[in-house]
This record gives sequence, C-alpha cells and structure tokens, in this order.
Amino acid sequence: MASFDTTHIISLLVPLLPLAGFFGYFLYGDKLSESKVGTLASGWVILSFLLSLVLFGQIPVDGAIQVNYFNWMQAGSFTVPFAFQIDQLSVIMMMLVTGVGSLIHIYSIGYMHGDNGFSRFFAYLNLFIFFMLLLVMANNYVLMFAGWEGVGLCSYLLIGFWYKNPEYSAAANKAFIVNRIGDLFMLYGLYMIFKHFGTFVYSDINGMAQSVFNADTAIIGIITLLLFAGATGKSAQIPLHTWLPDAMAGPTPVSALIHAATMVTAGIYLIIRSNVLFALAPLTNEIIVIIGLATTLVAGMIALKQNDIKKVLAYSTVSQLGLMFFALGVGAYAAAFFHLLTHAFFKALLFLGAGSVIHGMHGEQDIRKMGGLSGKMKYTHITFLIAVIAIIALPPLSGFFSKDYILASVFGKSPVLWFFGALSGLLTAFYMMRLYLLVFKGKSRMPEADAAKIHESPSVMLMPLYVLAGLSALGGFMNIPSIFGGSQWLENFLKPVVSLSELHIDHGTEWILMGISTVLVLGIVFWTYNMYVKKNDVPESDAVLATMPFANFLNRKFYFDEFYDAVFSQPLLKFSTFIQKWIETSIVDKVTDSFGMLSFFLSGQVRKLQNGHISFYLFAMVLGILGILTIFILL
Amino acid sequence: MNETLITPDLVMAVPLEHYIAVSAILFSIGIIGVLMRRNLIVMFLSIELMLNSVNLLAVAFSIYHNDSNAQAFVFFIMVVAAAEIAVGLAMLVMIYRNIRTIDIDALKQLKW
Repeated sequence: MASFDTTHIISLLVPLLPLAGFFGYFLYGDKLSESKVGTLASGWVILSFLLSLVLFGQIPVDGAIQVNYFNWMQAGSFTVPFAFQIDQLSVIMMMLVTGVGSLIHIYSIGYMHGDNGFSRFFAYLNLFIFFMLLLVMANNYVLMFAGWEGVGLCSYLLIGFWYKNPEYSAAANKAFIVNRIGDLFMLYGLYMIFKHFGTFVYSDINGMAQSVFNADTAIIGIITLLLFAGATGKSAQIPLHTWLPDAMAGPTPVSALIHAATMVTAGIYLIIRSNVLFALAPLTNEIIVIIGLATTLVAGMIALKQNDIKKVLAYSTVSQLGLMFFALGVGAYAAAFFHLLTHAFFKALLFLGAGSVIHGMHGEQDIRKMGGLSGKMKYTHITFLIAVIAIIALPPLSGFFSKDYILASVFGKSPVLWFFGALSGLLTAFYMMRLYLLVFKGKSRMPEADAAKIHESPSVMLMPLYVLAGLSALGGFMNIPSIFGGSQWLENFLKPVVSLSELHIDHGTEWILMGISTVLVLGIVFWTYNMYVKKNDVPESDAVLATMPFANFLNRKFYFDEFYDAVFSQPLLKFSTFIQKWIETSIVDKVTDSFGMLSFFLSGQVRKLQNGHISFYLFAMVLGILGILTIFILL
Repeated sequence: MNETLITPDLVMAVPLEHYIAVSAILFSIGIIGVLMRRNLIVMFLSIELMLNSVNLLAVAFSIYHNDSNAQAFVFFIMVVAAAEIAVGLAMLVMIYRNIRTIDIDALKQLKW
C-alpha cells in the first residue's frame, strides 16, 4: 500500500471501469432505454481503452511497471499479491482487449437491438472485459488464473446467452466442462510452481528459473507441459478444441470478441508470458509444435467442408491458433504475438461481417442459401473482402506480414515444418475464398421473397467494421520485416519481455519463400473463383455429402465429438447409471427410507394412546399414581 | 385450658386405625366414582369425596402427632376445593350449553 501515484490509480481504473459497468447493470439495467444502456456499457470500455493508451505512453523502454495494491492471500510462506505488471506485453494486450472490445460493444448496440436480454448482454460483456484485463495485467500466476477462470465463466454465460434453447445451453456446458479439463492441469502446474519456486510472481520466477533448472531439469519440463495443457483448453487446441465450434451458439459479437480476438488467445499470452520457462523445456516445445501443427492442419481441413458461416470461421480460428502455437513451439514468440494481434483484427472483422450478413438475412447462417450478397450489402462486402485478403496472407495486408514472419522463423528451424505451415496457409486460403465467394459472389441461391428483404446493417454496426478493416489492412505495419526496409517495431518493443531466439534466415531465401506462398495462394484464389463463381458449384447437400466418404469425414469434423462421446461420455454415463441403479436406489435409498418408515410406524403406535377419551386419561392417571406409589412403597 | 383439651380427647376416643380405614374407604369410593361414572356432576362429587377423605386423615394425624400444621393445610384444601368447584361447575355449565349433555364420553375431541 505504498504511495498511490497516478500510475497506480490509472492501472487500477483500467479493469475497474468495465467492472463498474457490470455492477451498473443492477442499478440501471432495466430502467434505461436500450440505446442508453448500450452507450453507457461501451463508454466504460472506451474510457478503459483511453487509459490503456495513457499507460502505453508511460512504459519505460527496458522495463516494466509493477503496481502493488495489497496482499490478496497470505498463509505462511504462501503469498499472493494483488498486483499488476504493466509491461510491453500486457499493455499491448490491454489495448487489444479494450480497443477491439469497445468496437464490439458498439457493434452489439446494433446487433442485439430488440433482444430481451439486451442489457444483460452488455453486463456480461463488461464483466468479460474486466476478467480479461485481470488476466493480462496480473503480475502473478494466481491472479492471472482468477482472470482465466473469470473469462471462462463469461464465455459460458455468453455462449448460453439464449438459454431457452437447450442446444445452446448444451454448447455452453460443453465449453465450460472442456475448459475445466485444461484448467485442472493448469492448477497442477501452479502447485508445481509454488512447490519449486515458492512464489507466483512472474519476475521472481523468471529470475529463479535457471537455478531450478540446474537443480532438476525435469521440473521445468513438467511445469511447462502442465501450463501448456491448460492453454490447449482455453485456446482450443487438439485434443480439447471441440468446444470452440460449438461455442458459435452465442451471439455473433461474442464469437468475435471472446472466441476469436481475445479469450482464446489467452493460452498464447500465457506461454509468451512464461517464455523464460518454456525456453528451458525443449521437449515441451516439441510437443507444442506437434499439437499446434496437428491443430492447424486438422482444423483447416475440417473448415473446407463446413457450411455454416460461423462454423467455418470457428475452425479457421482454431487453425490460426494452432499456427500461433506452432510458432511458439519453435521459439518465435514475437512472430506468434504479432499473428495474435493481426488475427484479432481480421478475425473479429470476419465475425462481425458474418454477424452483419446474418443480421441482414434475418438469422440465416447456411452459406448454401446465400450468394450474390455483394450488391445488397456493399459495405459489409468490402470490409469482409479486406479481412479475407488479410487472413489468406496476400501482401500488403496485415496477415501477410504476420504469417510470413511465422513461416520465415519456422523455416530457420526446419524446412519440413515450413512445408506444413505453408500447407496450413493454403488450406486457409481455400476455405476462406470458398466462404467469401459462396456468400458474396455468384448467383443468389435464396427464394426471391427472402432476397428482397435483405438489408444492409445500420451504421452503428458498420462503423466498427470500418475501423477493424483499417486495422486489418494496416496492422501489418507494426512489424515490417527488414527485407522491406522495416524496423520490426513490435519485435523490438517486446524485447524486454520476450527472450528472442535467433531464427532469422537470409533475405534471398525469405524472398523465395514469400514468393512461393504468395503464388500458391493466388493459385488457390483463381481455382476457387473458377469453381464457385464461373462453374457456380454449390456445396453438396448433407444427404449427398454423406455418400462421399472423405468429404463426410471432414464434414463430421474427424469424428472427434463421436469419439469423445464413445470413449468418455458413454462409459461415464453407463457407470453412473449402474451406480444409480444398484447402489443409490437399492442400498442407500432403502437404508435411509427404512429409518423413516421405522419412526413412522413407532409414532403410529404411540399415537393410539392419545385417543381423546377423558375417562381413559383419568384411568391412566390413576394407574400411573398407583404405579409410582407401589414403587415408593417397595423401595 | 380445659376447654382446649376437650376436642382432642373427643377425637382420640376413636383409635387412629379407624380414621385411616374410613378415609381409605372414602378415597377408594371417590376413585371408583371418578373412574366408573359417566356423569360429570357425579365425577365432581367423587373428587370432593376424595379431597375430604384426605382432610379427615390429615386432621386425625395432626391430633395424634400433636402437630397443628396439618390442620392449616386442611383449611387450604377446603378453600382450594371451593374455588375448584366454582370454576369446574362453570365449565360444566358451558359444556352443557355447547353439546347439550354432560356425558364424559361425548368429550373425545381432546386429541391431535
């Protein structure tokens, strides 16, 4: 509780303002009009964004600001401070969360218009921003974990936002439960950290990492593996990725904010934050590479055959997250973080664009029933196109720089890995072009009556699209690689936080790699254009799809859900049914019931004495007195 | 001096055993009356009988043991009995007004 200078107050206000918005909901949530509630809720986050900008200006060049508030928990040597660490990494995350967050708040004013839960929605969004800020600002693992669980809770609340639909509630449960599995490992990781380091504070752990490593090399490996297992849950990596596509049950702004731009990147943030530990665990890094690569390829392939506009984007998110983990595994932390940022911009834009399409089409999400929307939704179309070009990594939009940076770093490690990374990029190009062309180009595939009702979204929804389109287009200039004469601002900015591994390749190779991937992506673009616009191919209906073995395999998402159901859910269900039938009802219930029956029977017998006849009572009284007298006399 | 001694002499003319026997018989009659009869008024009479048998016994013992405390108690018992009869008869009247009978078996609502 040292002196409270302005930095203390500002960094406390950044998370507290959205929290105030959440509590404000209880005060004014059902009293004010929709537009006022929406404006207020957005206002809290925008203020928080402005304060983050102030903090950004105060960051020292080669260090972090530690702001201590109080001791959150203390028991013996176990101490958890409530303290923030404002450094290069967290301040960028703060700006990302509050910046993209405020755009999505504004967008939601239009998107959620007329919904019964309008103000509840904004309360949840505000709460989410609070927890996410806690997650990125914390200076120790426990406080970070509190935010980590908090965003999980908000994710659950928002996926199940339309809770009257049992399918949506089931999706919310699934997200929550699958995340718990990851969180369990994460908790074990935290226990291990406390056992071997005796503290949770990042800076202390980073300082002690080398000595702990020298004492026992396996410990760091196990800790990082457990932390990574936690990250696979939150960031939807194989084998815990199945919740994210189902999470699309939530309103589209939620998908954009939580399940694309911010929360799912928490796992990547965690690993970058713990990069000192991960640098000491080569085996963990190899596992991360394998998991990341498997995720990016599997999700990319699944996305090829999805027909729900949001499902395609969801698998695309899983795939891009896999690519980021892939980069983390080879030690390219700055590249992964760069891709995290650009991905947040263009994926949020894609989701918001998709939301605009769904809004305009009155709830239709099946891309087979769309087509030719570019004329009807001009502004949505243009912004969506920018996002698509960004994600398929055509120069000079942001995705090109970040993906190229990842691929270049990977090539320095191994050309084979580069090949798989590039393959993932091609998959991305195919499914994104397929999505874009089927939705906006070609012939309209909906009934005339529906087509006439399609309308462009209101400007409150379009404004965030413009801003995000700008960021998607220009975001790459944060980190222009040296071959374009750039200064790699982001990488240099992050230097105090991220230990850089030198994976740079010479410029000639980089040019060639860049050329190869760009040409291949362009090839895919023409191929898909030919297929979906010129030949006017429409994806098969589900019935036809079922007759095509491989396509069906992709459409059914590699049967992950069915596999988990058969291996985990069903045996557990059977076991529970068995326990319920043979132990619960036939033993436990009977025993407790028989006690009840016994006392019921006994009291029934005793009750007969109380028959209400005064003469009987008198008789009993006399008999009693005689009995007592007899006893007295005999004794 | 002499006059005060007359009464004990008179009382003591009868042996103690006889008093005990009479009061025991009276008490038993009272109990049997309470238990056997159905008429509330008769039951009251029986209760009075029991009270008075106790009074008789108390007075007899008091004289034979030369202790006047018991005689004081007898007066108390008489007063209490009078009060009890006043209240009891009032209740009896109310019962009669309500259910048009004073048969004890008609009162069997005294249960849960």
